[in-house]
Amino acid sequence: MRHFKHVLVLIAILFSTQIICAADSHGEEATEEFDPMEMIMHHIADSHEWHIISYTNGDGEKVHITMPLPVILFHDGQLNVFMSSAFDHGHKVVNKGDLNYFMYHGKIYLTDAKGTIHYNDEHEVTNAKPLNFSITRNVSSMLLSVLVLLWLFIAMARKYGDKPSTPKGIQSVLEPLILFVRDDIAYAQIEKDKADKFLPFLLTLFFFIWINNLLGLVPIFPGGSNLTGNISFTFVLAIITFLVTNFYGTKSYWGHIFWMPGVPVPIRLLLSVIEFIGLFTKPFALMIRLMANITAGHIIILSLFSLIFVMKSLAIAPVSILMALMMFMLELLVAVLQAYIFTLLSALFIGMAVHSEEH
Amino acid sequence: MGLLSVDPGLVFWSTLAFTLVFVLLRIYAWKPILHALKVREETIEFSLAAAEKAKAEVEDLNQTKTQIMNEAKADRDDMIKEARELKQNIVDEAKSKAQSEADKIIESARQQIEREKNEAIQEMKRQVAELSVDIAGKLLEQELETTDKQKAIIDKYLQEVNFN
Repeated sequence: MRHFKHVLVLIAILFSTQIICAADSHGEEATEEFDPMEMIMHHIADSHEWHIISYTNGDGEKVHITMPLPVILFHDGQLNVFMSSAFDHGHKVVNKGDLNYFMYHGKIYLTDAKGTIHYNDEHEVTNAKPLNFSITRNVSSMLLSVLVLLWLFIAMARKYGDKPSTPKGIQSVLEPLILFVRDDIAYAQIEKDKADKFLPFLLTLFFFIWINNLLGLVPIFPGGSNLTGNISFTFVLAIITFLVTNFYGTKSYWGHIFWMPGVPVPIRLLLSVIEFIGLFTKPFALMIRLMANITAGHIIILSLFSLIFVMKSLAIAPVSILMALMMFMLELLVAVLQAYIFTLLSALFIGMAVHSEEH
Repeated sequence: MGLLSVDPGLVFWSTLAFTLVFVLLRIYAWKPILHALKVREETIEFSLAAAEKAKAEVEDLNQTKTQIMNEAKADRDDMIKEARELKQNIVDEAKSKAQSEADKIIESARQQIEREKNEAIQEMKRQVAELSVDIAGKLLEQELETTDKQKAIIDKYLQEVNFN
């Protein structure tokens, strides 16, 4: 599965480089050439507005219908809250007190009153950035998933009466998944008397990742955010797993890391270094794995659709759609698979950390 | 590269969202759901065990029933057998009693007959004797008109008559 995935990522990269080449060679001819790279990067990056649809109106003007999102900025002890529509899609400078904010390529910088952007030699923006706690598209998508999760599971929990009964409706859908997480992830990896304590965490982790993966696959308005493919998000989840794992680590767990029993002293020293690095590589791998898998899926699907516009031919559309459909099916699987892998590995790490003395 | 840079804003909101979901779901969803699942599993297990036990009990009861039935059957057979024997005994007894009664009656009848026969014989003898005496008297009256004749006849008769 993972190899297959890697091959697809490679194909996608090849495709995108070709697409860039193609776009470059035609770049001079047309004024508004379609740039798939920019479109894809724009899609998988975070944004301050929630794009709904764009179209060209009768006067030949491009109209973007977007949902403005709250911008929350903090700089020099000054808190500014306003809607992202104030930027007018990056055309206007927002002045708050003695600070001027300007949105350039989806990022907010501190500028002068005219919104001047300074570049360094490598064409990177050198303007200072305020601390940005905005409700971005990813954050809104996440809040939506929070609502979905709360609604789903609290509605489900309310269906359980005092007396045991057969599962009905929503229960029969979610119960097998909960039992799967409980029996095949938690109880399989963690000693049974300790597993119950970590079960709420693992269940939340699994469903939080899964629902967000699925929301990311919805191609229309409230979905489509690349939240689980964003490293900040996976970073948080990995850090939480790291903290839970090490907070509950037993004496024998730390013993095995810093002073491996049963091996000669020089090897113990070597192993303690390796194990110490391992402490951090484990959550690091978790972080990268989820982010890379989801982002790759988004890139591949978008690349396939870009083919139509790059080739400027409707004839390619059936091929694109068929392949994208296959990718969607695969991504549906990947959505649950990555949630499963993340939860399973978290359970595995916790299981190793809370393992009792005897072997 | 943009893809690999960590955005503090998103980190903050992710942490908040995850913590919120975790805390709320833990209280309002996972606890009641997991509890209900555990209760249901235990109930199923318990019910299965109870059903197994009930089955064993029914089996036991069936065995007891069969045993009781068999005993009852045996009792009935015994009783019928006894009754039959009793009947046979009564009949036999009655028969033998009747037999002996009959024998007795026959015996007594025989004795009566014997007695009456003897009496009749005695009577006959007595009458024969009387008759003889009468005849003898008449004969004597006739014959013994003379002393000689009387004598001769007496002797003759005396010789002829055999008393036994």
